[in-house]
Amino acid sequence: MTIDITQFYQIFFEETAEHLTAMESLLLGLDVSDPSMDDLNAIFRAAHSIKGGAGAFGFNDMAEVTHAMETLLDKLRKQERKLGNEMVSALLEAGDAISMQLAAHRGEGEADAGLVRNVRTRLELLSAAEPVSPLPPSGVEKAAAEEVAASGQQDDPGYGFFDEPPTAAAPPQQDAGHPAGEAPVPGAGGAPSGRRAADHVQQQAETTSIRVSVEKVDQLVNLMGELVITHAMLAQSALQYDGAVNESLQRNLHQLEHNTRDLQETVMSIRMMPVSSVFSRFPRLVHDLAARLNKQVKMKMVGENTELDKGLIEKISDPLTHLVRNSLDHGIESPERRTAVGKPPCGTITLKAFHQGGNVVIEVSDDGAGLNRSKILAKAKERGLPLRDEMSDQEVWALIMEPGFSTAEVVTDVSGRGVGMDVVRRNIAGIGGRIELDSAEGLGTRIIIRLPLTLAILDGLSVSVGQETYIVPLNAIIESLPGSAADIKAMGGEGRLLRVRGEHLPIVALRRVFGIEAGIVEPERGILVLLEAEGRKIALFVDELIGQHQVVLKNLECNFRKVPYVSGATIMGDGRVALILDVAALVAQQAQAAKMAA
Amino acid sequence: MANENTAVAAGGEFLTFMLGGEEYGLDILKVQEIRGYDAVTAIANTPAFIKGVINLRGIIVPIVDLRIKFGLGTAEYTPFTVVIILRLGRRVVGMVVDGVSDVITLAPEQIKEAPEFGSALDTRYITGLGAVEQRMIILVDIERLMTSRDMELVDETAGC
Repeated sequence: MTIDITQFYQIFFEETAEHLTAMESLLLGLDVSDPSMDDLNAIFRAAHSIKGGAGAFGFNDMAEVTHAMETLLDKLRKQERKLGNEMVSALLEAGDAISMQLAAHRGEGEADAGLVRNVRTRLELLSAAEPVSPLPPSGVEKAAAEEVAASGQQDDPGYGFFDEPPTAAAPPQQDAGHPAGEAPVPGAGGAPSGRRAADHVQQQAETTSIRVSVEKVDQLVNLMGELVITHAMLAQSALQYDGAVNESLQRNLHQLEHNTRDLQETVMSIRMMPVSSVFSRFPRLVHDLAARLNKQVKMKMVGENTELDKGLIEKISDPLTHLVRNSLDHGIESPERRTAVGKPPCGTITLKAFHQGGNVVIEVSDDGAGLNRSKILAKAKERGLPLRDEMSDQEVWALIMEPGFSTAEVVTDVSGRGVGMDVVRRNIAGIGGRIELDSAEGLGTRIIIRLPLTLAILDGLSVSVGQETYIVPLNAIIESLPGSAADIKAMGGEGRLLRVRGEHLPIVALRRVFGIEAGIVEPERGILVLLEAEGRKIALFVDELIGQHQVVLKNLECNFRKVPYVSGATIMGDGRVALILDVAALVAQQAQAAKMAA
Repeated sequence: MANENTAVAAGGEFLTFMLGGEEYGLDILKVQEIRGYDAVTAIANTPAFIKGVINLRGIIVPIVDLRIKFGLGTAEYTPFTVVIILRLGRRVVGMVVDGVSDVITLAPEQIKEAPEFGSALDTRYITGLGAVEQRMIILVDIERLMTSRDMELVDETAGC
């Protein structure tokens, strides 16, 4: 029997990454003064699984670090050592070291040997130190501790990895035996205990999933889109039949539609992942950063099981990190200051995710100092940003997302770093989302991000100009109103302005943007669609509104090139291609034109 | 020499098509399919010869009309108008011509180097002249033509 062991590497890498994440969140959740035995055992098991896998695959460097972790954890759960903050930090660092080694084995970067050695030494020192309080355990406790210890011992040789050691993989197998020989627990050996076997069964029940490449899933989603379009085309052509034929045809088509929709939902759900996969990194970030800034911060997470498209998950990770750091850095005050204003010394940052309509909403809120209206206005003035009298709070907060507005040293006195809020807003807009700010001075700040459920499908409003149909992304639309009822003011030349609720919005005629001759010429006889992007608004003049659809996004640049004011294309029910408007570009162009005219 | 970069075509199978009274041939392996002309969505601010895009079984494919590009024939669209769908590397593009004639096999000795002469197409894109009985077929390096700057189908930054 020959087995190419390298084919299991990928699985090992992925599993190890999962174990590391689990370990980290458990460590951060530990109550240092009174750690739960279940958690300690779970951490031990995670470290142990990594060690077993690493040994089996011959990654001895990782096995050595996990071995040191195990030794310490074993003493902790046998209550020979008392858990301390320094141990949690050391274990967290060990986790980082293993991540680094894992990356090195994956061929991404190199492991820092010195750092790894330091981590190991620290762990060994912590395990070797004299027991803090060698309390003689009572009878029941002792029995429990022994049982735990026994199961720990019997864990060692099994590794749960190869029930039947492959003969061809002889060198790794020897390596697998190696760390076990070094294990501190005496009498290692013997068959897995019944308890261990039970654990195993439970674990398997939890992981009845398969790993599929994202490419395959994307292909499935694409084909699904085609099926929806084909159905729509079929329904369209069925309209030309009358009578009995039509009736049965319609019934069958209806059935097909039903099935197609179910199938589409199922296929889409494959791409969905819980937001916890991004959220989970924040407790660590907050833990480290709070320590560095001498602040006390508690991290609260709500709705981390809310699901979101995988593509979106990857793309919100950076903006969210920035927002959380901002909250911690600029939002939450120092414990002294908090106590002085009568707040609890420990601040709270809340990450919340939930569904609202067709959107997923993610909120980052803190109970910190809040934004300072007058300071923002002063800074905006200094930077030459457009200001009006009587700006609403919402509008003032939006100023900090303007390019060139640095939140650092202005709103609070702590220095900022990295990208500004304008980049965050652009990134969010890039994935079809919107960002809003809400703040009350002294009470805190809340940032609300609204995201579409998925990247592959867009909610759009189809509009017509002459013979052409265009799709306007729904998330950019504020409202639409008939030109006849609108308050339209003529400007010099061709320019027109729409007055709505005290605001004057420039009217952009889509027929002029795309050079269309046919159709309605005067805005008074058409429809005005109010659009907003990057904080600016325009009124788009079109002939007619056709309807609201969910459209499958298609790339125009695969076979063609970038088209101005068009972000992509989609295929309509009749099989024709419709172009999707790039609202941000339209708005920016209008702003540019206005600047030129001024 | 204008065609110094273009190797003389080797033998093989060619799809021949008509354009303004001249007969052209292109490597059959570049052809994905031939279809009728319908349901083209116009794209604003593009040259007249770029007719727009179509939905080819879920892929968005641009269509160019070579008759307009080279000022040949009359650019009418009837049920008999033909679009040759080409697969050029990873790109798919369609081109409208006057008509498709047939598929011919040319042996290397039937292909001669193209002299400097006045055809509608720039000689840069011509790889040779194929002689079959009384016919003279102008062999085109279609990939080079369609991806050239002149056609405005490709820009450096786009792609997927």
